[in-house]
Amino acid sequence: MTTSTDTYAVPGVGAGLLDVYRRRYLLKLIVRKELRVRYRGSVLGLAWSYVKPLVQYVVLFFALGIVLRVGDQIPNYALYMFSGVIVINFFSEAFSNATRSIVSNAALVKKIYLPRELFPVASVWVAAVHFLPQLVVLLAAALLSGWKPDVMQLIGAALGFVIVAVTATGLGLLAGAINVFFRDAENIVDMLMMIVTWTSPVLYDWTMIRRLAPPWVLVIYQLNPITVAVELFHWAFWYPTVDRPVELPPHLMWTGLIGLGMAALFLIIGQLVFRRLEGHFAQEV
Amino acid sequence: MGAAIIVKGLKKTFNLRHSHSLKETLVWLVKGRKSDLSKKFDALHDVSFEIQPGETVALLGFNGSGKSTLLKLISGVILPDKGTVRTKGRVAGLIEVGAGFHPDLSGRENVFLNAAILGMTEQEINEKFDEIVAFSEIEQFIDTEVKFYSSGMFLRLAFAVAVHTQPDIFLVDEILAVGDEPFQKKCLAKIKQLSAEGRTLVVVSHDLDMISRICDRGVVLSSGTVQFEGPAKEAVAWLRDSN
Repeated sequence: MTTSTDTYAVPGVGAGLLDVYRRRYLLKLIVRKELRVRYRGSVLGLAWSYVKPLVQYVVLFFALGIVLRVGDQIPNYALYMFSGVIVINFFSEAFSNATRSIVSNAALVKKIYLPRELFPVASVWVAAVHFLPQLVVLLAAALLSGWKPDVMQLIGAALGFVIVAVTATGLGLLAGAINVFFRDAENIVDMLMMIVTWTSPVLYDWTMIRRLAPPWVLVIYQLNPITVAVELFHWAFWYPTVDRPVELPPHLMWTGLIGLGMAALFLIIGQLVFRRLEGHFAQEV
Repeated sequence: MGAAIIVKGLKKTFNLRHSHSLKETLVWLVKGRKSDLSKKFDALHDVSFEIQPGETVALLGFNGSGKSTLLKLISGVILPDKGTVRTKGRVAGLIEVGAGFHPDLSGRENVFLNAAILGMTEQEINEKFDEIVAFSEIEQFIDTEVKFYSSGMFLRLAFAVAVHTQPDIFLVDEILAVGDEPFQKKCLAKIKQLSAEGRTLVVVSHDLDMISRICDRGVVLSSGTVQFEGPAKEAVAWLRDSN
């Protein structure tokens, strides 16, 4: 914020995500505010972020694993499913809240200039805070199943997390900016979030897609950064607990890097569109 | 040393009727873009002036003359359609007192959040915190949620944060109508002190008497153009005569 006193600044034109990094203290306060406001007057508070995924998980496990017997071909199906579900949860919370973030902070956007990228980025951070308890539950479940990962697998999981966070930030910047002009964006994003669980191997495994779809579809399927992240999580948290041979997608670390490339591409597109539209936020929101 | 604020050939147009739905826009595109989707309104038209460092300048004019739009352009909340704005140093734009305040947070949390929004660093806020609270005179309620504050308490705290952000350029819209008489006097004294420290102030207010007391210079706007520019007292007189 402090500019040299000798040079002139152009008001309202910032450095985008770089400004968010420069004002990370403000980012921290906004994240804290979001969390405080979300749980005001609630007895359980942050514990809700344990309860909700747990209920969702139990429902899915009974419906798919026990009743529909999807898990019969996948050993240790419960852990398989949960490691994918938390990735999807993180992504959909981050993306849909980031999409709404500019409009819901209209009061601020209209009155004071600050780097508006702060709001979508803060949404992703809030989602990351909610992701943490789910990760704790996952780790506990994995340890109970005799989990012993190697270093590469843990790096893979961290890479998966980064891919989802970057993708959600990029898409959130894009959809958040468009949402200022067309409120349809948030409905479209909600709809996409219903689909996203099924376009990644969360409840079934990737060999089913290989069996059903032509090879080029499989390539597109695996280019999806969320699919990449889900597979990396499987590799890190589920694969080490499996006692019979299972087939993982080939070259996981390489697809991981490609996924990161895709995520970076989304981020660049998101930032460019955001900057293009930002000038009209205050008068349109 | 050059001017603190340079405004050149500023033009700002607003769309009057907004369409926030994709459907309406699609229908409009399909119908061959007949009839304007929104009406245009020129809020500002070819506005130019300079403000020197340390000056206290009032933007004057009746409702709808473009004062607040101009202030928003200087603070960067909106961008001009034509022309340029250049500022030198840290700008604290206070388009509305307490704009960054959240009713569900305590006074303390709001001080930190709002000071950070106005551009202070963590260290600066920690150093100034006690001073801010003392200025607002609401120590007792600082850990109460702001939604329980009376409007007077709210404005006191918001103003206290704003004047302690140490900006080089301070933009204020109608904030001097805050609080009771003793507090108003305190605010005016603080504003005079800021200007004595060499900070630049741009004020929008309808309180013409107060403006002629605290401002050096006045810029009178009418339907989006500068009509008069000169010493504050003359500007106030000009505005009163034009009515």
